[in-house]
Amino acid sequence: MISAEREQITIPPDGRPPSEQPKWRRDFPIDWPEDHYVARRDFTKFMVLTSFAFVAGQGWIVVQNFLRQRRGQPPMRQIATVNQLAVGQSLAFNYPAEHDTCLLVRTGENSFVAFDQRCTHLSCAVVPEPDKNRFLCPCHNGSFDLETGRPLAGPPRRPLARIKLEIINEAIYATGVEVSTV
Amino acid sequence: MAVPSHLEFFIDPNRCIGCQSCVQACTECDTHKGHSMIHLEYINRSHSVQTVPVVCMHCDQPTCAEVCPADAIKRTADGVVQSARKPRCIACNNCVLACPFGVPKMQTDYELMMKCDMCYDRTSAGKSPMCATVCPSGALFFGTREQIEQLRPRSRAVNQFQFGGQTITTKVNMMTPKVGQVEYVDVTAAMNEGAIGKEITLNVLMNGLFDEEEQR
Repeated sequence: MISAEREQITIPPDGRPPSEQPKWRRDFPIDWPEDHYVARRDFTKFMVLTSFAFVAGQGWIVVQNFLRQRRGQPPMRQIATVNQLAVGQSLAFNYPAEHDTCLLVRTGENSFVAFDQRCTHLSCAVVPEPDKNRFLCPCHNGSFDLETGRPLAGPPRRPLARIKLEIINEAIYATGVEVSTV
Repeated sequence: MAVPSHLEFFIDPNRCIGCQSCVQACTECDTHKGHSMIHLEYINRSHSVQTVPVVCMHCDQPTCAEVCPADAIKRTADGVVQSARKPRCIACNNCVLACPFGVPKMQTDYELMMKCDMCYDRTSAGKSPMCATVCPSGALFFGTREQIEQLRPRSRAVNQFQFGGQTITTKVNMMTPKVGQVEYVDVTAAMNEGAIGKEITLNVLMNGLFDEEEQR
């Protein structure tokens, strides 16, 4: 309960007026209304500093994006041949590093897609379900679209990292990783 | 909401019969279920059955709040010193040691000091505290000053206490006889005296015990 005039009822033990008291007594008042009172200056200071933090955070995202683009794409590597997979079949492979498991799925006669297997929620391994046209994450029932990798249901909000593919002379090559946030 | 200013708390230790009703009523309160915030103290148990209920006196200059290093004890605008705020209390026991009336108690299980807040949920709505509603002898009374003057014509309400060089004014009143002067006991001087318990010897059990041994 904050009254219009912030009346102070507790008198400090030395009995001197509030203006002569040390600063800590104003910062840590015993009276509840005084303790709850927020000065306009303090409120403005808080708002300005919080807004500044948000602006700095946006700048940090831009810098990170720029750094990621400068890093370039990993080298091209052959992962399979066209005849290796029937339509609807999938193949696990490692790209770009040894422990980055990815999934290659043949969705049609001439169409292949490949995604990083890690779910964008908590990095569980997703399972391809071509008959339902989705990838399922069994941890929290998250699902992603088989064609685009976009999240369809469950906790994940970001699409799966896409592996760029190229088919040259019946051989499938992975040429890069495409990470997007929407 | 605040405690109405015309309602006051009066403690009349002369009328206390030690029935523990206030303790039980306090224990049943939902805000601190299972823990009584009122202490029923024996004045001098070896000599008398006289008891006195001790609730928080709600000082004008709360010593408990003055010594709190964590800024956990606050006083509302109506003069009620609230119990320690859970997120702030660090269970340092400063208030327990500092309070001249011995009201705050440390709940070590919760690492939280809990004390009487005059049933703030009830009194701020104009109701009596739990202990005052159940007291059968009127030792705890919550009402107007006119009411208590009519009920206890031979008593007067005292709300100033002397502890060494410190004078404490409280929100809660203590009823004392109208005749005679208000006596101030120097508490710190009394602490230097030997405890009465030291003088008690169990003569019944010990009589002749050592004599027999010496005779052998």
